[in-house]
Amino acid sequence: MRIGIACPYSWDVPGGVQQHIRDLAEALIGLGHEVSVIAPADDDKPLPDYVVPAGKAMPVPYNGSVARLAFGPLSVSRVRRWVKDGNFDVLHVHEPAVPSLSLLACWVATGPIVATVHTAMPRSRWLLAAQPVLRSALEKINGRIAVSEAARTTLVEHLGGDAVLIPNGVATKRYRHAEPLTGWPGQGGAIGFLGRMDEPRKGLPVLLKAFEILAPERDGLRLLIAGPGDADEQSQKLPAGIRDRALFLGEVTEEDKIRVLHSVDVFCSPNTGGESFGIVTAEAMAAGVPIVASDIDAFRQVLRGGRAGELFAAGDPAALAAAAARLLDDPARRAELSVAALAAVASYDWEVVARDVASVYETVVLGRPIVEVAQ
Amino acid sequence: MTWTLIVIALFVVLLFVVYVSWRAGRLDRMHNRVEAARTSLDLAMVRRSSSAYELASSGLLDPANSVLLASAVRRAKDADQAERDLAESDLTRALRATFSQPGFRTELDGVDGATELVAEVDAAAQQVFIARKFYNDVAARTMDARRRPLARVFRLSGNAPQPEFFEMDDSLGNGSGPG
Repeated sequence: MRIGIACPYSWDVPGGVQQHIRDLAEALIGLGHEVSVIAPADDDKPLPDYVVPAGKAMPVPYNGSVARLAFGPLSVSRVRRWVKDGNFDVLHVHEPAVPSLSLLACWVATGPIVATVHTAMPRSRWLLAAQPVLRSALEKINGRIAVSEAARTTLVEHLGGDAVLIPNGVATKRYRHAEPLTGWPGQGGAIGFLGRMDEPRKGLPVLLKAFEILAPERDGLRLLIAGPGDADEQSQKLPAGIRDRALFLGEVTEEDKIRVLHSVDVFCSPNTGGESFGIVTAEAMAAGVPIVASDIDAFRQVLRGGRAGELFAAGDPAALAAAAARLLDDPARRAELSVAALAAVASYDWEVVARDVASVYETVVLGRPIVEVAQ
Repeated sequence: MTWTLIVIALFVVLLFVVYVSWRAGRLDRMHNRVEAARTSLDLAMVRRSSSAYELASSGLLDPANSVLLASAVRRAKDADQAERDLAESDLTRALRATFSQPGFRTELDGVDGATELVAEVDAAAQQVFIARKFYNDVAARTMDARRRPLARVFRLSGNAPQPEFFEMDDSLGNGSGPG
């Protein structure tokens, strides 16, 4: 299939939507499809060969913050040419309600169009959908995909109709191998954590309390913590005697995040709630790290009810300490969990997600001509 | 002798009272002028919003640009007093982004009614620019007058609210508008 994908946000700026499109495009190519992505990007920056630059995105105020979006006559003519030259069987636009390339692609094209909605949008933004110009562009969409239940709900509430739920995939191959950070995990064992340090529902306080229980009995045991938040403030929560055995990295790059996963003997997901899937846990599974996770629904599900990782009572530091201790003392059990986690996470791989998306394409192209420039 | 002194003293007091009430009247007129200037600034901003909305819904712009402008207009209209300056500045930035798109003017060249619509937005933006200058000028002079010792001691401004500057980004910077 020839697939044209429109990305609303700058390719060279990191973001969830861009990452999603990159992973999806590469997985679709891996399945043998021909893929072309149009995205706002500088003409002179190096791009993957499946990306067509639509010119520089402009920072504009949109909904109370500044977003880098592409619009205007130049963008329109580039999108039109891309649609014309592409001979796509299907056009896949992401975040079509955002005033940028995806909306322009809907506007200039006719034929089978699939849209993916990523964010749950506040009602105010959907009110704009009442605008005739936006409505007529959105009405051309033949199939809708939502990446989360929340996104699906707002879409259905405000635009009517329904959407297929296809969650984000995990780029498992990217997580499989990485060089551990220098000196890690070390002789005494190491426990890792990734996530916002100052968001209590991510559960860092539970892990710190558990470390207080574990540290006095285990001389070399260390903590490796990475994520946005004030590292000093968190480190103050540990008793002075064991403070130097916890390393707080702050926010790290995607690459270092993977290295962190490979630098520990046990990865901990102590979340007390608020997770719908647990992407970080799935990424740790893809790295093959043995996992201890709280027994909230999301983790129970990805960890196959405890077969692919140890579960402990959410919010209970003593239970976490006991579960982590069991794993630290039992290398055979760790190896077993690592194998089970790798097997379990395969079902969340982008390749599986890309197959689901491709079957949406196949449904939409049935009985419809190819994508063309609208007259 | 005593009577002469009393008469002179009374006369001085009378002069002083007349002077103070003249100052009070002047301050009152200044407050009125601040209010009038604020009203004309508000009107100019409303005119700019509606001309921007007209451009957004004219079908002359692509849908992405239309949505951007329309949402900026909506925010400016819905903004309460405290956020008005931010929302109006955002509208300025949205207009500036629209006008500075490569090919924006050539695209609209010769399209029916396009030049008039754009000229109306330009003119309205220019009016906001001027109205804000005038408002801030009279507001500054009034604040200054209120700070004088006599005005403070005799509370000459009464209950009139303290004027505030209206700060915003109002430069379209496109060559034809205020730059």
